[in-house]
This record gives sequence, C-alpha cells and structure tokens, in this order.
Amino acid sequence: MTSARQEAREQDRRDQDRHWAELMRAAQDGDTAAYGELLRDLLPVLRILTRRQGIRPDHVEDVVQDVLLTIHRVRHTYDPARPLLPWVAAITYRRAIDLSRKRGRVAKWEESGSDRYETYSDPDANKGLDAREHGDWLAQAVASLPPKQREALRLVKLREMSIAEAATVSGQTPGAVKVNVHRAIAALRALMARDG
Amino acid sequence: MAGAPQTGTDQVIARLMRDAPPVRRLRPPFLRACLWLAAFAAVSTAGIMLFADMAVFHHRMVTFEMQIELFGTLATGLLAVIAAFELSMPDRSHRWALLPFPALAVWLAGSGAGCYRSWLVSRDGMWALGDTWHCFGFVMGFGLPISLALLWALRAARPVSPFPVALMGGVGAAALAAFLLQFFHPFDVTFMDLSVHALAVLVLVCAVTWRGRPALG
Repeated sequence: MTSARQEAREQDRRDQDRHWAELMRAAQDGDTAAYGELLRDLLPVLRILTRRQGIRPDHVEDVVQDVLLTIHRVRHTYDPARPLLPWVAAITYRRAIDLSRKRGRVAKWEESGSDRYETYSDPDANKGLDAREHGDWLAQAVASLPPKQREALRLVKLREMSIAEAATVSGQTPGAVKVNVHRAIAALRALMARDG
Repeated sequence: MAGAPQTGTDQVIARLMRDAPPVRRLRPPFLRACLWLAAFAAVSTAGIMLFADMAVFHHRMVTFEMQIELFGTLATGLLAVIAAFELSMPDRSHRWALLPFPALAVWLAGSGAGCYRSWLVSRDGMWALGDTWHCFGFVMGFGLPISLALLWALRAARPVSPFPVALMGGVGAAALAAFLLQFFHPFDVTFMDLSVHALAVLVLVCAVTWRGRPALG
C-alpha cells in the first residue's frame, strides 16, 4: 500500500517535472505567459530548497529573488531533454551559498555589544554613541532617504546585486540605479558630517 | 488575483516576464568542447607545420618517457577543456573537475622520468638554466591567447559557479601550451627546465583563475 502510494507520488513528480520542462521550452521560445506560469509554479519549491540550505527565514525571499534573476540570466543553458528540477536546485544551492558567504563577510566586520564602545563619565557625552549603538542613527538616516535612493542602496550595497539585477528588481533604469546609489551615499555622508 | 497586493517577488516575476525575448539554446557542452578543440587543432597544426623543426622533434620522441609526457600533456589539456565546458552548465556535478587529474599524473610522471634519465646521462648539466626562460615565455605567450579564446567560448554559458570553470580553463590552456612547446623544444629536459615549465604552468593557471572568475561571472 505504502509502496503504491510512493510510486504514485513519484509518478506525479515526474509528470510535474515534464510539465515544467515544457513550460521552460516554451519560455525559451519567447512565450512569456508560459514563463510567468513556470516562475510562479516554482516559487514554493524555491522557498523549500532555500530553507533546506539553512538560510534564515527573513533572508529566504532575498535568495528566491536572486534565484529568479539567475534562472532568467541562464535560461538558454537549460536542455529540455533533461529534468528541470535538478537544474533549478543546483542554481538555488549556489545562490544560497553565495548569500551565506556575503552575510558572513558582512558579519565579520560588524560589532555588537554595548561594552565594545568607550563611554564617558558625563552622561551627555554618551548621547551620540548611544544612539549609534542602538542602530537608530543609521536606520533613521537610511529611512530619511527618498524611496528610490533607499531601494537602490539596499539592492546594490546591502544585497550586492549588479546594477542590471538591481534595475530589474526595482523597475528603475540602470542609469537611474547608479545615480540613486551615488546620491544616497552622498546624502548619508552629509548626514554623518552634520551629526558628527 | 486582480487587485491583490503584489509582493516584491511577484513584481520581480512580472518584470522578468516583460523582458523575456526568445533565447537560442546552448548546444550540449561536450559538443561545444569538441568544436573548440577542433578549432584549436586546426590552428595549432598549421603553426606546427609552418614553424616547428619536425626532424628534431622526431629525434627527441624516440624515448618512451617523452612519448608518455607528450600523451599526458595533450590528454590533460583535452580533458580539462571538456571539464570546463561541462562545469559551465548549472546542473553538472563539481566532480567533473577531477577529470583531468589521471592525465595530469601521467604528464608529471613522464616529465619526471625524462628529467631523471637526463640526470643519469649528464649530472652536471641538470642545473644549467640555458634557454629555459624561452620555455617560460613560450608557455605564457601561447597560453594567454589560448586562455582568452577558451574563456570567450565558456562565457556563453554565463556560469553560475565561475571558479571551477576558470580553474579548469587555466589548466586546459596551460596543458595545451605545454603540449605545443614540445614541438619547439630542441633539447632534453633538465631539472631546471622542468621547474621552469612547472612554474610557467602554475603562473598561467593562477592568472586565468584569478582574472577568469570575474570575467565569467
């Protein structure tokens, strides 16, 4: 009974993969509706595969978006004669590792813990340091940026996307992304100079 | 679905759909590797026929060690190029990177045996540098254009994991340049020769891996 159920499940999976392979073949030929259906169908699978790589829940959607961009970039490498799921799983695995490494690099330079900052006996002298220690200052500074600059800064500098990828995700032109990142950094620098 | 709020991921899918023209499917990696190697063979054969001193080459090739070394060098180059094309595809196993290693062992064994034989014949000459820096220049001078041609061909796949692709490309280009060197190397290999050949191959592999990785990514 169990083996019959497993066999049926296996058959369903094969049918599903064949359907996805057909959708990808159509997408390669320029069928945008098939492409959209495929990407939406794949979303739950991508989320499961990403979580299996040990990615924190609040970063899963970042990896999924990266995977979608990568699938788009390398869709010409898919061979419709081969199953689609291993191809997608390999890309997801790679992108999850990339994100983990990026987060690791960032974490290496981050400091945490209030005892790491020097404080002074006069409570007023600590005001600026305390604000930064709680992350308020930077969060507020970034929040004060215009939405497009904030989004460009987040995609390019925090998620380390290329200009083209950031343009696709944000809907801005590549030139606008570049300008907005530049302006955001200039604005943050000016705020930093003003607040000491 | 109409009127439902769109998440960032939904917006990404909508934008990708808008920018999805038809694409030309890439041919199988083994076929692309064979085509690249055929082009390399055609250009190299013409160069060897025009410029190599074949009489000296045949004279040197009488020893078994030289034949083994030549075979090992060529096999390493061919297998590394095939591995690089396979690894450029997203769903291929990283174990493809092991493909050239048996041939690499044959190459090293052949070189070592040839060097040992020369040492038995003339112990004093083993440390002579002589024209050996020409070999370095040859491997670098031919290896770099071969690497560029290989990276250009590999770039079509836009590798998701560029490091092993660049590494295999570097090994393949260095081995093929070392294979060509045998046709323009009119003296037996000394210990210093072997060291300089190994240094040239290492420098080339490191350079191609270092520069090739961002170029492929």
